[in-house]
Amino acid sequence: MQIAMIVAGVFFCAGAVAALYRVIRGPSLLDRVIASDVFVVTIMCVLATEMAFSSHTETLPVLLVLGAFAFVGSVSFARFMAKQDQT
Amino acid sequence: MSPDPGGRRISARSQIVLLCGLVLLWCLLWGQFTVLSVVSGAILAVVISIVFYLPAIDLSGRINLWHTAVFLVRLIVDICRASIDVAWLVIDPRYQPSSAILAIALDTRSDLIMTWTAEAISLVPGSIVVDVDRQESVLYVHVINVKTGDDLDDFRASVFATEKRLVMAIGSPADVWRVNQPNELTRSARRGKN
Amino acid sequence: MTGEGIREIITVGLVLVSSLMCFAAGVGLMRFPDVLSRLHAATKPQILGLMAVTAAIAVNNATIGTFALLTAIIIFQALTAPITAHMVGRAAYRSDHLRRDLLIQDELSVSVDRVEQGNVATAPGGTPPEGPTQDDRPSGEQYS
Repeated sequence: MQIAMIVAGVFFCAGAVAALYRVIRGPSLLDRVIASDVFVVTIMCVLATEMAFSSHTETLPVLLVLGAFAFVGSVSFARFMAKQDQT
Repeated sequence: MSPDPGGRRISARSQIVLLCGLVLLWCLLWGQFTVLSVVSGAILAVVISIVFYLPAIDLSGRINLWHTAVFLVRLIVDICRASIDVAWLVIDPRYQPSSAILAIALDTRSDLIMTWTAEAISLVPGSIVVDVDRQESVLYVHVINVKTGDDLDDFRASVFATEKRLVMAIGSPADVWRVNQPNELTRSARRGKN
Repeated sequence: MTGEGIREIITVGLVLVSSLMCFAAGVGLMRFPDVLSRLHAATKPQILGLMAVTAAIAVNNATIGTFALLTAIIIFQALTAPITAHMVGRAAYRSDHLRRDLLIQDELSVSVDRVEQGNVATAPGGTPPEGPTQDDRPSGEQYS
């Protein structure tokens, strides 16, 4: 159990760091949007993992709200990009 | 509003189905199915559908539970398989990036079926709907990891299979008839035009 | 006691699947060459990772309320992830954020060219009237 938690944590961290790297480096705005989306989903997965390991459900609404914010953010960015580039 | 009573009855029925969906979602959010949550959900659903008015959806009025179950199970299986494929692709050091954008002309003329097909295709990793031609029912799909023409044909076939499962589940009788025709000919003709 | 052990093993397995998916998404973001390919890498943890980890919660905490909320989360993600992907992909294609040399076939450019040629006199560079592939059709499509 302990080992599994550590392994999962390492994978989650690596994924989040890679997403952050893409947010910082990303050549275009769309890369950053995608990467921040992945970052938010990784956070959701980590929260859910914590819930699964300690058998409580207190942060479930947080998952829902995070998902909603990620969706609204990405879509508004994508729409803004599409408008801007129709010159 | 259409003047004929039949049309209005159909749209009222699909309105009610959608309202029920909203109430169900509200109950799911609260995590309880009590009288209070159902009543408050119904009030909220009516208020929302009046305030945020959306164009009415054309439900076909036909639903086949068995085919719906087949569609959902197959969707989940596809998601799992394709996720593992794409994950392997990411790790594989010899991977040469190569992708394609395909125009896929669907058989259906229903907005709802087209939307759900696009949704299902995008949900499965490895393919994303980039653009849609609503008049012609054409989906422009970006596919990853295709190398040869055979891969493209395989992918087209899988999209048509998805559409067929979906139409068998909730499509109108006309669509069911159209999907069950052995019409590779018409498909390739339309594909050539696009 | 054995039931407890089995549950623990299932939880660990599901969580590991989810963490591997998130890891693969991150690596995919680093490795893939253009926006559309990265989009493929990004949709993966959103679906399978989240499904696995919510299943782990459900295994640990089997009440109606939890199931209901988890179903809502999954449905919500499954509905919104493709919309996000589609919007970002469309914006990427419009603004040329993709490497055409990696495409072995591009059938969208053919119809875009056709529409643009057909309307070059009426709407130069603007919004072609009969071009549903061009402008606001897809954004209306997701509501209909």
